[in-house]
Amino acid sequence: MMETITQPWPWYTAGIIIGLIVPALLILGNKHFGISANLRHACAACLPSNIPFFKYDWKKESWNFFFVGGILVGGIISTLYLGSGDAVIVHPDLAKELASYGITNFSGMVPEQLFSFESLFTLRGLVMMIGGGFLVGFGARYAGGCTSGHAIMGLSDLQWPSLVATICFMIGGFIMANFILPFILHL
Amino acid sequence: MENKPNQDTNLTDFEVRSLDTMCVNESELKHPWYYNLKYSLVGVIFGIVFIKAEIISWFRIQEMFRLQSFHMYGVIGTAVVVGAISVFLIKKLKVKTIHGEEITFTDKKFNKGQIIGGLIFGLGWALTGACPGPLFAQVGSGAIVILVVILSATAGTWVYGKFRDQLPH
Repeated sequence: MMETITQPWPWYTAGIIIGLIVPALLILGNKHFGISANLRHACAACLPSNIPFFKYDWKKESWNFFFVGGILVGGIISTLYLGSGDAVIVHPDLAKELASYGITNFSGMVPEQLFSFESLFTLRGLVMMIGGGFLVGFGARYAGGCTSGHAIMGLSDLQWPSLVATICFMIGGFIMANFILPFILHL
Repeated sequence: MENKPNQDTNLTDFEVRSLDTMCVNESELKHPWYYNLKYSLVGVIFGIVFIKAEIISWFRIQEMFRLQSFHMYGVIGTAVVVGAISVFLIKKLKVKTIHGEEITFTDKKFNKGQIIGGLIFGLGWALTGACPGPLFAQVGSGAIVILVVILSATAGTWVYGKFRDQLPH
């Protein structure tokens, strides 16, 4: 039993549990699954600066802060107590490609050679962490939601604008991963 | 606080509330803060799945965008099917919340933001290897530096809010 838990979980287990989060939040309090809205609530709470987009009663949305707080704690619990300690298995083609950029350490979820405080002060790290984060926050709000709000909640409710958004997420990702990222990794 | 949105919020409101997955029909019930802990519990489960199924792995996201692995497609596809069946049943059976309130849905309205913003988000997703949810789980997994990514994402959100009236929608 413990063996099954400490091994990486298959996609169908994860998919079913994530799918069940949709009705769980609805039934617990008519809450719609969505995570990027937290970033907006954070702006509204900390730096509204008289911008109309941030002038609303963010306290009414505070459930969402509790939700992401839970995600963070879940990450800690899982890493400390439920892990196998094995390196992530990476597709041989990807491993070969990454090795050509000097990325050979696959021990964590996040490659240490790219995401660390030391690399934050390199051009590559700056582009990937600051640039990438900015695009995620800006794009998610511009699109009106992220993977959870559009791809999972929106598609579950058969909203076609969410399908448009999801397709665009994928197109953007394909362009970055295949055509732009190789240049950035070379930096 | 009043429930009515004030006038100048309405002027720039591109269906903000329905688009932004905020709770559209606010609860009339007043609960103490610790009632929100039930959402934390759901979050904990979500965070565990994120790590255990390696959804927050930068490598899995790269494989997805290079069509080297079915994993992420399987996860998202299954989640959508399970979510869609659940939403269908909730609507069909008129399921209420545990506090007896009605469960409501709002249609999302199309605007150009879903295309332009969607593409921008996708570029960022492939760079950081994480969408907003996984970023928090990555911090939990010990990658403290990802807090910087979250801060930058918050800055991106703020800049969007600042300039949204000048952007095409």
